[in-house]
Amino acid sequence: MKKSHSGFNLHESLEELKHFLPAQAPLKDFVHHNTLHAFQKDSFFDALNKAHEIFGYKVFLTIDEYRQLYKEGKINEAVLDRVLISKTAEESLTWRDRLINKKYTDQPIGRIGSLRSNWKSFYKIDLDSLVHPILFRIIGSYLDQGISIWNFPSSENGFLDSIKELERNSLVSFFKTERVKSFLIEGKYSVESLLKIVVGDPNLYEQYIFDQQFAHPGWSGIIAVIEENPTSLIDQKKVSLEDLIIFELLLEIDALDEHFGTIWSPLGLKLETLPESLFSDVIVKESTEVKRLWQQAYEWSYYDTVLLGLQKHTLKKEAEEKPSFQGFFCIDDRECSIRRHIELEDKDCRTFGTAGFFNVEFYFQPERSDFRTKVCPAPVTPKYLIKEVENTNRTKSDFHFGKHTHGLLGGWLLTHTLGFWSALRLFFTVFKPSQNAASVTSFSHMDKHSILTIENVNGEMTEDGLQIGFTVEEMANRLEGLLRSTGLLNNFADLVYIVGHGSSSVNNTHYAGYDCGACSGRPGSVNARVISHIGNHPEVRKIMAERGIHIPAETQFIGALHDTSRDEMMYYDLKVLSDVNFAKHNEIKVKFDRALAANAKERSRRFMSINTKKSSVKVHEKVKLRTVSLFEPRPELNHATNTLAVVGRRDFSKNLFLDRRSFMNSYDYKTDPEGNYLLTILNAVAPVCGGINLEYYFSRVDNQNLGAGTKLPHNVMGLIGVANGIDGDLRTGLPSQMIEVHDPLRLMVIVEHFPAVVLDTIKRNPGTYEWFKNEWVKLAVVNPETKEIFVYTNDEFEIYNPVSKEVKMTSNLLAEIESTHENLPVYLIQD
Amino acid sequence: MGWFINIFILLPVLGFVLSLVIPKRNEYLLSWVAFTTVGAQLFSALGFIGYWLFNQHEVLNLKEFSIFKANNYDFYIDFYFDHVTMTYLIIGALLTFIITVYSRYYLHREEGYKRFFNVIMFFYLGYNIVIFSGNLETLFIGWEVLGVSSFLLIAFYRDRYLPVKNAVKVFSIYRIGDVGLILAMWLSHHFWHENISFQKLNNYNLVHEHLAGHSMIGFSIAFLIFISAAAKSAQLPFSSWLPRAMEGPTPSSAIFYGSLSVHMGAFLLMRTYTFWEHQISFRIFVIALGLLTSIIATFTARVQSSVKSQIAYSSISQIGLIFIEIALGLESVALVHVAGNAFLRTYQLLVSPSVVSYKIREQFYNYVPRHKTIEDSWPKRFEYSLYILSLKEWNLDSWMYRRMWNPLKKLGSTWGFLTFKNIYIFFGAIFAIGLFLAINREYISPRWKEYLPVIFAFFGLLLVIKAFTERASVRLSWSLIITNHFAIALAISFNEDFAFSHHVWYLSGVILSGLLGYLVIQRMRNLKEWISLDKFYGHAYEHPKMALLFLLASMGIAGFPITPTFIGEDLIFSHIKEDQILLAFFISMSLIINGLAAIRIYARIFLGPHVKTYHEVAKRSS
Repeated sequence: MKKSHSGFNLHESLEELKHFLPAQAPLKDFVHHNTLHAFQKDSFFDALNKAHEIFGYKVFLTIDEYRQLYKEGKINEAVLDRVLISKTAEESLTWRDRLINKKYTDQPIGRIGSLRSNWKSFYKIDLDSLVHPILFRIIGSYLDQGISIWNFPSSENGFLDSIKELERNSLVSFFKTERVKSFLIEGKYSVESLLKIVVGDPNLYEQYIFDQQFAHPGWSGIIAVIEENPTSLIDQKKVSLEDLIIFELLLEIDALDEHFGTIWSPLGLKLETLPESLFSDVIVKESTEVKRLWQQAYEWSYYDTVLLGLQKHTLKKEAEEKPSFQGFFCIDDRECSIRRHIELEDKDCRTFGTAGFFNVEFYFQPERSDFRTKVCPAPVTPKYLIKEVENTNRTKSDFHFGKHTHGLLGGWLLTHTLGFWSALRLFFTVFKPSQNAASVTSFSHMDKHSILTIENVNGEMTEDGLQIGFTVEEMANRLEGLLRSTGLLNNFADLVYIVGHGSSSVNNTHYAGYDCGACSGRPGSVNARVISHIGNHPEVRKIMAERGIHIPAETQFIGALHDTSRDEMMYYDLKVLSDVNFAKHNEIKVKFDRALAANAKERSRRFMSINTKKSSVKVHEKVKLRTVSLFEPRPELNHATNTLAVVGRRDFSKNLFLDRRSFMNSYDYKTDPEGNYLLTILNAVAPVCGGINLEYYFSRVDNQNLGAGTKLPHNVMGLIGVANGIDGDLRTGLPSQMIEVHDPLRLMVIVEHFPAVVLDTIKRNPGTYEWFKNEWVKLAVVNPETKEIFVYTNDEFEIYNPVSKEVKMTSNLLAEIESTHENLPVYLIQD
Repeated sequence: MGWFINIFILLPVLGFVLSLVIPKRNEYLLSWVAFTTVGAQLFSALGFIGYWLFNQHEVLNLKEFSIFKANNYDFYIDFYFDHVTMTYLIIGALLTFIITVYSRYYLHREEGYKRFFNVIMFFYLGYNIVIFSGNLETLFIGWEVLGVSSFLLIAFYRDRYLPVKNAVKVFSIYRIGDVGLILAMWLSHHFWHENISFQKLNNYNLVHEHLAGHSMIGFSIAFLIFISAAAKSAQLPFSSWLPRAMEGPTPSSAIFYGSLSVHMGAFLLMRTYTFWEHQISFRIFVIALGLLTSIIATFTARVQSSVKSQIAYSSISQIGLIFIEIALGLESVALVHVAGNAFLRTYQLLVSPSVVSYKIREQFYNYVPRHKTIEDSWPKRFEYSLYILSLKEWNLDSWMYRRMWNPLKKLGSTWGFLTFKNIYIFFGAIFAIGLFLAINREYISPRWKEYLPVIFAFFGLLLVIKAFTERASVRLSWSLIITNHFAIALAISFNEDFAFSHHVWYLSGVILSGLLGYLVIQRMRNLKEWISLDKFYGHAYEHPKMALLFLLASMGIAGFPITPTFIGEDLIFSHIKEDQILLAFFISMSLIINGLAAIRIYARIFLGPHVKTYHEVAKRSS
């Protein structure tokens, strides 16, 4: 981030700008990511301070909030003492006093915007209020994906050319004055030439466009994303950030010309002193240091109990008998509890966690659609295509979304007739909610009865460079990867469930963020079906046997989908099961159903409107109702409260109650002494779980600027984003309803392995290494033999002795669950 | 059975008052009170209407009581019930009932849960007063309640810039509508020589007889009523406020701007229909404007890329058609249309967030690259021009800004020499002269007697324009608002029938609210809170109680029906003779701007993004 005031390089400045703008894709492709990804090259707290000083973001809780947590005992005094050890002995007392008592009156304002604020001081003109409404309106209409009925005419040649075409052939203009209109039509525009008019001083150009674009980071960000990845729009539009800047500069000149005529002096020439350059060095203010210390104490107050719990946790070693069944679930923190409930229902089953695309990466193309959707982690670019055929489902339609209600005569007819139908619908909406055309349902992602093109003979069939299906060899590779990384190499049960997950909701613009993150924000049903098909393939089994993994003939895989908001499960391709296995499945299904209801009950403790103490069947019904109720802004709480990622055998953490706060990846250190599979796991855990965690973190600590604010007033813009009202900027990040119960703690990844191996492993991939080295996610290791805890700091593992002495025990988890809406402590579950 | 109407007013009053006293954190009780009172209203309405329909269903009129009586002036509360009221009663009660139940869950944990239900209940009270009103005066009380509650709902997210800005914008347009009503009341007072009830308007002979000799006044009254109706129903040239009102939580936008509030203009036209039924030229005017609105709003709706503004403009275009239906005398058609439009738009707004998943799914399976529309077959030049115009909302928003507020700002800036310190000396001197002349009217020549009221009214207008455009001193602006009222009182004093007691009515509320407002301002200054009028300060974040007090003061000084000033304003107008058009114009302008200036001060000091940034503060553009 070196920057000096010397000249202006458009290309570099644009790249820099894009780097810092929010990188959120259009709504349909919403995927969690680190909100402050641009700062990831710095270590966490340095980065936070920079983001705070430069962009004015709030990056911590307020000091009062920390003090309140301290008072409530959620920040442990002993942990605080240990955090203060980082200061010298005499300083430590002063800092302690500062943390607990000193009053801070800072009114921080970021550097961003300081240059452009001079328009108001020197020219008495409020440029933003003159430019923003029309700018947002035009760019929104240009990018619109299907709300407007009469689309932006002529949008084939890119944004500026389309405007030009319109201006040239119209009797009216977007502009109020002549000069800019002629600039546009005669093509006399470039960022530099326009900046010369507006700013004058080349040393200030970059800072000016930063100020300008960060006055509406939402729109600028989405344009940068679309420029980078045009296929994120269904109705593709050519657009670039440069176009946007040019058009905005034209509108600014237009507004200035209207007020002052064509002769006014550029902003840069009016300034007596240059404003502080955006990226010059920042200092750490005392109040920021206080918050940093509080934050560390807050984080360690929780980590400490978890680590102690893992250390104390032991599981009686039973003779390895053949399990009743095995189940693979997504690593997702929401699956943490369903696994526990299933294990409680059937003590002899085994569950595994892994990234929910189950190691099969491909594009999925449903029948009757011209579009493909990626169902694997966002950074992966698959070479495979799986198509759905013989889908018999048809989508329902609803006239309320139709264009006829907006016509003059059509509207007249419809209001006189169907308007009264709307009244009835309104009534049922409130008093008897049910599924309708407006709902999003995870089960409709793929038709249950459709056929998938999974197998490819000799890699021949291709479409647009994508291979349709996997060859047997490719299938075997993927299955082997899945089994080896999770440590399931022998002792197969008769039934192995592979359970993807998705979510159902209604009136939810952020629905994509509720589905499986490892499937690029889609339900994991297709992946579960594909990998199960692979597992059942006789040829694949042969290859697997050659590679030393013997899957018994009676073992069969079943693909399934868990709906995390409704707590329902759908099973696929049951007809391939043998009679014996089918009978077994029917028995197991009953257990699953009970576990799902129990899971719903556990989840319900966070919902104020449900009485958790009611029977799990009743609570389950209420939970399901939420997902079809238009008036329910919280169909589920998604990843809220996520803080941990446990990478180890199930036995490593099985009896530890982690309150749905942990991502869980199954991994057996014994089968991977060199950490090869561990690397693959961490390559996914750091960016995916870390990304989710940090998006929650930042949306929580600054919901206004890094989050989307409350969702209640949101208005859908062009199907690509949401804004408040009709002329607001697009809102990025998560709405307050998703983060309000979240505790902003960094993710702690806890690996069951030897520290030396882990240290070696994380250094092998620079991208992954950066996450740990700069402490955007914390890393701890528990030595599986000695149970010693090591924490990764300053690029090495240091032994860690927990401050806490006791882990709470409980034999009645249900009572604990029913007792509070708040976070529960770590418990050791006793039988 | 007319007494039963009281129930329909008292229930919302009860609901509103109860909602005020329930503790903030008790979400359950707050929403319970809201939907129970509205529900009770709904079911008693259904029973009442059933009974009414089976018993001759004749028009009911219920004269309640006089608030103020003098000579031929009688300010009385009057209620009325006919099939128009019936229709609006059902729509209003049903939708409000559904929305209160809906919001009970939807607003859970939202900051301002209580405020939301307070305002909803307040709005609902205003709605019922309007639809049951039996004369213009009663209607006006409800009308004012609707205006203020709309302002508060739009600015529900008071810690952000855009909601506050738009709330002030919408309030200013409502204010124009209000003055249409005030002037209509003034003229009709002279026209009928009484405060006429709507029931009497049904008397064809009476109306016909009066109109015979005074067709010009008749048209003027109808036109003023129309301005008020057009402003409330977002017809041309006021249309652009409606989409901008969509700043509150979605259900509140759905019910108020999708359905109830926006159909009040149509109500006013239906209510006064018998008065202008025989003024053919006026009916043609309404039809023409309705048609124009419909066409322009339809095109504007077609180009909207945000779901709420699209619904808003579609609704406006249907209301244009409703206006036409009313003017054609097709009242039943219009009523069915109002109901259908209200239900449809409410539901569309409620499900509007679902549009993303619905349309994306639709496109995913049936993608048509670019929809051909009718416009594509037109000549390019015409097509593009129309597109740009529609996208710019036919410049309606900027037109309002340029034609209305910019000239005011220019006028205001000529008064730069006034400061808080010298205003009292300056005004005191002029007021002393005025008062002297008013008491010693025998010294003034008859000609000057005609001029003086106009001069003082104009002087008052200038003062309040200065108050409205003042950018720095809060105290100066507030003082100017108070002095404006005194200037108006003085101006009226020159008219023959000067009555001291009327001034007491008028000024008592002004003095009271003026003092309260002043104390709040002083308190803020004592607390060392920096306040001025150059931007929004958002002090409601730390001083919500002060904010509430100042809101009450602003409402009081703006002649809102919580102080005697409300009656006083009407009284003042009763003293303006029907040929003193200029005087009426200046005073009514004063009153528009007066209210605006007060609300502006409130908004600047207490609303918007908080100046103190130790906590999260929203970006201006968000």
